[in-house]
Amino acid sequence: MKYTLNVNGQSRTVDVAPETPMLWVLRDNLDLVGTKYGCGVGQCGACTIHLNGVPARACMTPVSTVGRTKVTTIEGLAPAANKLHPVQQAWCDLDVAQCGYCQAGQIMTAAALLKDNPKPSNDEIDGYMASNICRCATYTRIRQGIKRASELALSGGKEAAQ
Amino acid sequence: MSTTLLSAPASRRDFLKLTGLAGGGFALAFYIRSGGDAAAAEAAKGADFSPNAFIRISPAGQVTIVSKQPEMGQGVKTSLPMVIAEQLEVPWKSIVVEQGDFDTAKYGQQSAGGSNSTPGNYDNFHLLGATARTMLVEAAAQTWSVPASECTAANAAVTHKSGKKLTYGQLAAKAATLPVPAKEAVKLKEPKDFKLLGTRVPQVDSMKIATGQALFGIDMKLPGMSYAIYEKCPVFGGKVVSANIDQIKTLPGVKDAFVLEGTADVKGLMPGVAIIADSTWAAFSARRQLKVTWDEGKTAEQSWDGFVAKARADAGKPGARSLRKDGDVEGALKGAAKVVEAEYIYPFISHANLEPQTTTAHWKDGKLELWSPTQIPSIAATMLKSVLKLEPKDFTLHILRAGGGFGRRISVDYLIEAAAIAQKVSGPVKLTWSREDDLRHDHYRPGGLHFLKGGVDAQGKVVAWKNHFFTFGQGGNPGSGGSLNADEFPGRWIANYQAEQTMFDTGWPMGPWRAPGSCVFAWVFHSFIDELAHAGGRDPLELRLELLGSKDEMPAGGGGAQGKGGGAPYNVARMRNVLKFTAEKAGWGKKKFAKGTGAGIAFHFSHRGYFAQVAEVTVSKDGQLKVDRVVCGVDIGAQVVNLSGAEQQVEGSIVDGLGVLMTQELNIERGRVVQSNFHDYPLIRITDSPTKIETHFLKTNHPTTGMGEPALPPAAPAICNAIFAATGKRVRQMPLTRTDLRWS
Repeated sequence: MKYTLNVNGQSRTVDVAPETPMLWVLRDNLDLVGTKYGCGVGQCGACTIHLNGVPARACMTPVSTVGRTKVTTIEGLAPAANKLHPVQQAWCDLDVAQCGYCQAGQIMTAAALLKDNPKPSNDEIDGYMASNICRCATYTRIRQGIKRASELALSGGKEAAQ
Repeated sequence: MSTTLLSAPASRRDFLKLTGLAGGGFALAFYIRSGGDAAAAEAAKGADFSPNAFIRISPAGQVTIVSKQPEMGQGVKTSLPMVIAEQLEVPWKSIVVEQGDFDTAKYGQQSAGGSNSTPGNYDNFHLLGATARTMLVEAAAQTWSVPASECTAANAAVTHKSGKKLTYGQLAAKAATLPVPAKEAVKLKEPKDFKLLGTRVPQVDSMKIATGQALFGIDMKLPGMSYAIYEKCPVFGGKVVSANIDQIKTLPGVKDAFVLEGTADVKGLMPGVAIIADSTWAAFSARRQLKVTWDEGKTAEQSWDGFVAKARADAGKPGARSLRKDGDVEGALKGAAKVVEAEYIYPFISHANLEPQTTTAHWKDGKLELWSPTQIPSIAATMLKSVLKLEPKDFTLHILRAGGGFGRRISVDYLIEAAAIAQKVSGPVKLTWSREDDLRHDHYRPGGLHFLKGGVDAQGKVVAWKNHFFTFGQGGNPGSGGSLNADEFPGRWIANYQAEQTMFDTGWPMGPWRAPGSCVFAWVFHSFIDELAHAGGRDPLELRLELLGSKDEMPAGGGGAQGKGGGAPYNVARMRNVLKFTAEKAGWGKKKFAKGTGAGIAFHFSHRGYFAQVAEVTVSKDGQLKVDRVVCGVDIGAQVVNLSGAEQQVEGSIVDGLGVLMTQELNIERGRVVQSNFHDYPLIRITDSPTKIETHFLKTNHPTTGMGEPALPPAAPAICNAIFAATGKRVRQMPLTRTDLRWS
């Protein structure tokens, strides 16, 4: 089946089976490999993308259900080619990643959190980010990264250019 | 005239003689410029300055450093290049770091395991950077006809005292014509002058990670690439009897399907069925239709519960092997004021790298090209030879970033599978394991049981220690980390000490899991030491200091019996100091804890590092644990390389240790793993992560050592000892879900 998708603001057409999860459409068909496979059953959050700005599990989202929904992946999170999203900036500044495999999913989830709640408390951070596993267990820095991103965003997007 | 720091051009033979003691492979790597000096000089006309395999400086001034070690999140792709950059005098932000392919002739040993990258390369990497700097200074001195001693290097340029200045880019061509100086002629920058080492430097791949660029093994894509899955028998070692291959071949997107006979080695190429498709999902989907009849073999008769029952039945009998026997344990137990008896048990667990195992392989014209997230590529070379009869000249191996290592990628089963599959496929093929494959075909950390008896005298001094340890292995050998060393603390420290080991031979694959052995023994022994402290009415810190004693060094060995020695000399003074240092940082003994809160302490020496931790916890009345604070004291010698990376390893190790303690457990029934994914094998999440982790480095005048593992072992015992202080409940089983922590 052919599907025309809106991915990171671009119109992309793929020819795949209807039940194909967006995870594999992104990775194998669209060469957007930032979205990661971790469990395939919605447990780990490594494949977190945004559908109309809301975090979703790409491994649990069949391509046939996406329609004209705006799909945003980690590759499309930055507001401009030379500017990082505050969460991305904070992640680089604070060296949040260890192996880094889960971090695209962490960043996508954190970005959605800050959109809903620009200044989350520690408990709110934990509650929201509990959806994402980090096997290297960088959780203390994920908390710090979100606080930092919150400050960056609230200070008027003064984040450094990429 | 230039008197120069440089010696006369060393002949290759002289150079090798000179540096032979530093380790052959590396000495060679240090020397090599492709084609030798003359060719290098020729090539250098307008080309790069590349004094060794690790450094390139282009005429435009771009400095490239090659990272030879596999990167899996331990930060080595940043830390070792920092060492070169420090000595080379180049601004860190201007450097490009490249991952080197597997090529030991060029780079020397390439191995990420055992926290060995730093201790094994630190001094040499200083020399690499300093040598290049020395040559650049010499190039400037010769250009200006001034003594090199009047020139200084800084900020990727050489400046003469007169103020003349040439950038490294401008000097590259000239430097490339100079002989590589002998190491005696190279002056190393002093630690007091370090500007980069010891600072916090974000990983070189931070931006790629944060923006989702292709980086990991699983991200590999080549033109015309196929996608493969590989189905193995759920029972370890089972063989394929038959499969519906013909039906599978008719499914959408499927290009091919076939059986691989495999070998009998459960850590090598296991028998199975490969499905080759035009996408990962097509391969995954076709797999759901796959029907295989397996010959499960004898391993299907083996279950964890069966072995546990047998261990409990045999606990009181003599062990199969005596590891250590000092003094008279039975007599000392009889004479003890108090005797404590306990069974400690921990299950098999998985590495559960978040990136499932994967490798891309391309077999073409009798040559194999591989792209793999591997920790120790030389093991791949060994197995490519033994299983597929491929010599090093027959293959190329590109090392890709691993989405987690933890010891799993020391095994190369997934790489061999991809290689064997590729030999039957036209064009490149990427093998992707499912999460279920990963959990059910790991090379597991072995479980174990310890039946302990300890005695304290009227003053609460430990006078006797007896352990019958039941472990698991294969082919007569305990799995990695499943062998208790005769010297393992507190062996050597207690006058009446006895350790025996009984092994169950299984068909289950086992492999190194972050801090093998230490990751479980520290928990068992420091929990039991705590039991003895409380039995004798002693403060847990004070008893530990008494146990360590006043000697500054404990030599390896002694103890008689079969398992004589074999441990490392133990610098007791370093351990005592780091223990006191940590206690002080944590405010041990100075805080008042309400019921339901408490502090625990533990220490461990492993991977050349001395580590102690104090944990503070809150346990709610309904038994929920929250770790409020962990303070970690670290003695890894004189120099922290990358402070950010070092702290990361402490933070990650502690939370990893806590995660294993809290929930991780595999059950093996009839030769197969019961759990399948993160719903029934939960990993720790942010909600259970400690509120606060503090890392304190105690710098000592010792060589710098690694950080990937040694912070993990003390975490679980410190936390369990804190749980006891908070609740009076002693945790003797992993995971914590098996202990009722409710209190009233």
